Amino acid sequence: MTHKNNNKKFEKQHYQKIQQKKEIKRPVIRNCFKAFFVGGFICLIGQVITTFYIYFFDFTEQTAGNPTVATIIFFTMLLTGFGLYDKLGQFAGAGSSVPVTGFGNAVISTAIEHRTEGFILGVGSNMFKLAGPVIVYGVFSAFLIAIIKTLFMKWMG
Amino acid sequence: MFTNKPVIISTGTVGGPMEAKGKIADSFDLLHDDQWLEQASFEKAQQLLLEQAIDITINKSPIEEEQVEFFLGGDLINQITPTTLALNSKDLGYFGLFNACATSTEGLALAALMVNNQAANYVITGTASHNAATERQYRYPTEYGSQKPPTAQWTVTGAGCALIAQEGTGPVITSATIGKVIDMGLTDPFNMGGAMAPAAVDTIMTHLKERNLSPSYYDLIITGDLGKVGRESSLELLNQKGIHIRKEQYVDCGLSIYKREQPILAGASGTAASAVAIYGYYLDQIKKGKIKKILAVATGSLHSPLTVQQKNSIPCIAHAVAIEAGSDKL
Repeated sequence: MTHKNNNKKFEKQHYQKIQQKKEIKRPVIRNCFKAFFVGGFICLIGQVITTFYIYFFDFTEQTAGNPTVATIIFFTMLLTGFGLYDKLGQFAGAGSSVPVTGFGNAVISTAIEHRTEGFILGVGSNMFKLAGPVIVYGVFSAFLIAIIKTLFMKWMG
Repeated sequence: MFTNKPVIISTGTVGGPMEAKGKIADSFDLLHDDQWLEQASFEKAQQLLLEQAIDITINKSPIEEEQVEFFLGGDLINQITPTTLALNSKDLGYFGLFNACATSTEGLALAALMVNNQAANYVITGTASHNAATERQYRYPTEYGSQKPPTAQWTVTGAGCALIAQEGTGPVITSATIGKVIDMGLTDPFNMGGAMAPAAVDTIMTHLKERNLSPSYYDLIITGDLGKVGRESSLELLNQKGIHIRKEQYVDCGLSIYKREQPILAGASGTAASAVAIYGYYLDQIKKGKIKKILAVATGSLHSPLTVQQKNSIPCIAHAVAIEAGSDKL
């Protein structure tokens, strides 16, 4: 029995070696460049919008962030709805998923997807399926940092 | 071995918009240019695909719907409900099957077995899959912008059915080899071809050994949806086991359906991949007399989103069915 098991294990390892050789690798360096430029371009658009709000409306550098995020997420929503954002995602990878637009896309795409199951059980309960972990761990790590900061300030007096 | 020579007297294939732009678009009986098929959900669209494929198969055959006794088939979506709902509108005995993308040849083998053993006169087997319905069940929402690795595959939107009868004109099913569950410990659901290749190899070897044939007996050995990665890996594995198949003799449905410039990464997949390619394109080739003997080996990756998240490796299966040109073409 053990002999048979060993044989099987050997066969598995052998095949996994073949597989490693045959598997088409992700073009990591090319992906990094694409992500860098697309991600950077999205941030550039964000910066343009921020500047726009500061110059033409009554915002300061501190307060212009919120309307900028809202605007850029609105455009993401349009791109997602027209079926363009997933194509950008396949091209840019992290470049389009790390900025706030990626977060917007994660929420909006699930909302569209589950429309067929109704507004409550479909859209309502699935909307944060992909974005949920970001919120949970985002809030949790902010909480931890806040505690550390508070303790630190107390000790330092 | 099927000594009574069950015959595939008719087939029907339906495809979606991506398939319409593909390499074998001409072999489809019906093509849709809208992936919703004017239905309220992707699942309903898939159900309609199967209904249409069944209707076409019966319409193309010399018999009436009332004469068909059983339907054997399944799909990839939640408890194979699209297939069940499609059969709701038909007056047929229904066997629901699930072997992921190997469901097509599983159904074909079982249908041939029933007909061969005189358990039935006319049996339909078939399966449907829908790209968006499958993506949302197994992966991410359709519009979600995640980057897929180059080993990922594109699920076919389509359906393929075959009608098997005791006698009639058409290609004959001569034998079938039922595969075992094979798990080589691969865990990446974005590389199903690589995971399924050993199952295909195991079934092909068993088939050749049991029937005492050399691979050159067949004009084509057609695997289901191994894609680029799986095809290469299985060829190497076969070579190492001492079975030499010529490259041009070893084709894959996953690589037959789409054109290279379509954005499908490593190839097509889905239960319908093997169904539309085999029942549509390859059987057409047999009917035209271009090829005479094929071995269809559909491969299935039997994972679920749950087992993948729980870090299980991917168990796979492959079933082989040998199809030869009918006596009128030999």
